[in-house]
Amino acid sequence: MNTVIFRTIAPYLSALMILFSIFVLLRGHNEPGGGFIGGLIAVSAFAIYGIACGVAAVRRAITFHPLSIAAAGLVLSALSVMPSIFLAQPAMTSQWLQIHVFGTPVDLSTPMFFDIGVYLVVVGAITSIALALEEREQK
Amino acid sequence: METIFALLIGLIFSAALYLMMSNKLVRVLLGIAILGNAVNLLIFSAGRLTREVPPVIPVDSYIPLEVTANPLPQALILTAIVISFSFFAFFLVLGYRAFQDLGTDDVVEMRIAEPKGEAEPPLGY
Amino acid sequence: MPLTGVEATFWAMLAPFVAAALGPVLTQRLKHNAAWVLAVFPALIFLHFLTLVPGVSSGEVYTAALEWVPTYGVTFSIYLDGLSTLFALLISGIGTFIILYAGGYLKGHPQQGRFFSFLFLFMGAMLGVVLANNLITLFIFWELTSITSFLLIGFDHLRAASRRSAIQALVVTGAGGMALLAGFLLIGLASGSMEMNEILTSGDVLRDSPLYVAIFTLIALGAFTKSAQFPFHFWLPNAMEAPTPVSAYLHSATMVKAGVYLLMRMNPVLGDTALWTTVLPIFGGITLIVGAVLGARQKDLKLMLAYTTVASLGLLVMLTGTSAELAIKGAVLYLFGHSLFKGALFMVAGTIDHEAGTRDVTKLGGLRQAMPITFAAACLAALSMAGLPPFIGFIAKEMLYDGAWQVLGFGPGWALIALVGNALMFALAGAVALKPFIGPKVETPKHAHEGPVLLYAGPVFLSVTGLLAGVFAAFTGDLFINPMISAVTGESYTYGLYLIPKHINAALFLSLITIALGSFLFTKLDLIRAQVDKLVKAIGWGPDKGFDQLITLVVKFATLVTRTVQTGSMVSYVRATFIVLAVFLYVPMFATGTFPTFSAIQNLTFYEWTFVIIAVIGLGAVLFAVNRLIAIVSLGILGFAVAIIYLLYGAPDLSFTQFMVETLSVVILALVMTKLDLQPRDFRLVKDRVFDGVLATIVGFGLAFLLISIVELPFNASLSEFYAQYSRVIAHGRNIVNVIIVDFRGLDTLGEITVVLVTGLAILALIRVRPKGEKAEPLVAPEPVRNEEGA
Repeated sequence: MNTVIFRTIAPYLSALMILFSIFVLLRGHNEPGGGFIGGLIAVSAFAIYGIACGVAAVRRAITFHPLSIAAAGLVLSALSVMPSIFLAQPAMTSQWLQIHVFGTPVDLSTPMFFDIGVYLVVVGAITSIALALEEREQK
Repeated sequence: METIFALLIGLIFSAALYLMMSNKLVRVLLGIAILGNAVNLLIFSAGRLTREVPPVIPVDSYIPLEVTANPLPQALILTAIVISFSFFAFFLVLGYRAFQDLGTDDVVEMRIAEPKGEAEPPLGY
Repeated sequence: MPLTGVEATFWAMLAPFVAAALGPVLTQRLKHNAAWVLAVFPALIFLHFLTLVPGVSSGEVYTAALEWVPTYGVTFSIYLDGLSTLFALLISGIGTFIILYAGGYLKGHPQQGRFFSFLFLFMGAMLGVVLANNLITLFIFWELTSITSFLLIGFDHLRAASRRSAIQALVVTGAGGMALLAGFLLIGLASGSMEMNEILTSGDVLRDSPLYVAIFTLIALGAFTKSAQFPFHFWLPNAMEAPTPVSAYLHSATMVKAGVYLLMRMNPVLGDTALWTTVLPIFGGITLIVGAVLGARQKDLKLMLAYTTVASLGLLVMLTGTSAELAIKGAVLYLFGHSLFKGALFMVAGTIDHEAGTRDVTKLGGLRQAMPITFAAACLAALSMAGLPPFIGFIAKEMLYDGAWQVLGFGPGWALIALVGNALMFALAGAVALKPFIGPKVETPKHAHEGPVLLYAGPVFLSVTGLLAGVFAAFTGDLFINPMISAVTGESYTYGLYLIPKHINAALFLSLITIALGSFLFTKLDLIRAQVDKLVKAIGWGPDKGFDQLITLVVKFATLVTRTVQTGSMVSYVRATFIVLAVFLYVPMFATGTFPTFSAIQNLTFYEWTFVIIAVIGLGAVLFAVNRLIAIVSLGILGFAVAIIYLLYGAPDLSFTQFMVETLSVVILALVMTKLDLQPRDFRLVKDRVFDGVLATIVGFGLAFLLISIVELPFNASLSEFYAQYSRVIAHGRNIVNVIIVDFRGLDTLGEITVVLVTGLAILALIRVRPKGEKAEPLVAPEPVRNEEGA
């Protein structure tokens, strides 16, 4: 699989897929998409990059250990449960905040951060699995 | 529609169970992978099938305007797919490691936990 | 919660558990002197209950409740009357000295902190038993005493005898606890309440209930096992394997009295029936005689005391079983006196063992000069046990003779049994308290001398209390005894208590006979010991041996069952699971005669058919694949077909997820498979193939029929409609599926992503475990290597 074309195109393809995965993640609340799907797309991107350029390159590219990313995601999801407690509402009650960036309304909400947490967990955990298996492969 | 899908699901279940009763690890793994699909389809069909209309509310409305597919089983299955995938990966690696360490892919020969001719348990205190 | 008054009882119930947590920490710092600090806890609890005494003795019954699970109406409530108050005072008062004694007795023991902890846990459990208002709460604390006593008896767990005794105590009292739970549930059923204060005022409801016999049997079983009644008496002497503080606490004043407490507690509503007044006195009487006779056989000080405890418990059950006021007065007094003198005597026996190095009564003698304080305490306690004036034991004996003589159904017969038992206990009291101290000095394994204050504080205080309680009988009676009698009989009791009998009656003569007979038996104790020993050896079998046989039988049966069920072949496990599944699928279908009707067959469009057929082809290809690659690719085909089916039926989210998962599955399958020389085909025998094929088809289509039956039922869409209606209105999301995942059912999702993370961890761990001989990979990711462009 280590053809020159594949190796050349893989980084761009992966970058594009990750961008797409974030798009899918963020549109999830209103259109088909969401953290699980976005996460899986990002994993595929890393898997492709790994097959083309080696596991070490992927590890370099994502800087953190994949499981740390997953753990951070879990923490983010768990934290997004909290804000409502301080507003004397039951835990997990969603909170919404609209801000304007250059005149465009942007909705910020606790379910969004929850979904980003889901995304990170899926990306981290499954990338970790895929990389571990690929690593064995390349030895 | 559900009836035909029920028969398809029956077929998938049968194949999955047949594979799971094999004594070869790989076949058992394939069986588990197929079983996940069968269960998800079962839940999906039990929530009734509706053609083509996804459960998404139109931009200019606050409630769905027409009959949409049932969103509840979808939400259940979506997470179930990811979890069954994680478990599949876990079983796969478990089987792989078992093969490496025990040198066999025959489940009948894997008897570390339940060795043949085990001694009687102690009767004292 | 306030710090005084009835409500503070909750603090008092919590305190032992706090002390249990502090025990090991303090012991690490202060060594055995931690006992002085820890003893403050039970002392404070004691003082707390003392402040309630004036109210209780004036006939007040306190109840208090804490809301526990308010949504289900479960409360944590306490019930305080004369009975529970006296018990609570005994538990905390004697507990204080037991803690001090344990400090001296286990001085320097490496696990002393743990020992303190267990003792306090037990204390907390015991307080819970006597204070609980709710029957279930009582049961939970009851079982907690069983468990903590298991820990205490098995404290010296390196010895097999200790382990055996601990298991025995746990099994016997635990089995009784199960009976008790059943009994409590029946009481709840019959009376309609689980709260003690309501049950105790329900009058004849339980006695008239058709469940009465069952309730009585179960409650009696619970009480008999806990209070070591014949034939369950054997665990109590065996429990002497425990360190002496445990014996002094559990087997004199607290745990074994729990059974008596229960009988006394239930007397107003369960007592005074033909069954009650026959069964309890008979078992109590047998236990009294068996305990006293077997006690005479022993040479070990602690075992002698243990058997006399069995005898005393028999006496208490016998008297409680009469449901007659006078007899109950005797029982209450005897219970009070017994707790004091037996606790003291156990501690004396422990001190002798500790200082002289042996507990064998034939190897002890002449210690009075070496251990004068212990000797004095022993004398006072033994005089009380022997029933001599002016001790509380004397008054108790008078009362119980009075009760036994006048009111028991069989006339003087019960009084005679009590007489024989008491005479033997008189003799044993002499043997325990006098034998080691009087006579010529005998060489002991250790050079005996007086123990430290921690060791003699308890015996001295308890035996002096026994003396004072007797001397100030009127005071004792008004404050402690009468309220308890009122609680046990269910009617107010206010007669005074006197040390000097008011008139000459049968009881006084019985007392004199007891003293004469007891003194005679004391002089002939060696002869009796030899005779009883001979008798016991002649019989050969006893409940103790029976217990061992039972346990052996259980282990052998368990082995047989395990060997039969767990053959070690995974294939047969899987088959068994599927057969059970088939039974559950088809039996209801045939039993109720509801078969799927296939009425709702609608046609599919041609493109739907296409993907159904592709799925079937993929399935077939997996089944009949000749090599790994075909199997993997076929699995992918099936997966993609399913993904398309999701898409066709309005589930784009599912479809995308399924696509990604299938892709990744194929990738990781390929990664693993290429490295393994695995056979994708199995070589099953033809008969196995037929069997598996038929079974798989039966179960598979059973599930299909189940689904068809479900679909034929009317569909309840209310939940889905709720989500659809409110998705945008309250959760501001148009994609209902996503809103359910991240908002409506967010907690589920949180759990699910945790599972995903944990699987990731588990897989990484599995991969990192190396086959034997290889070195483990470093856990940290390798340092990123910068390439030339990046530098």
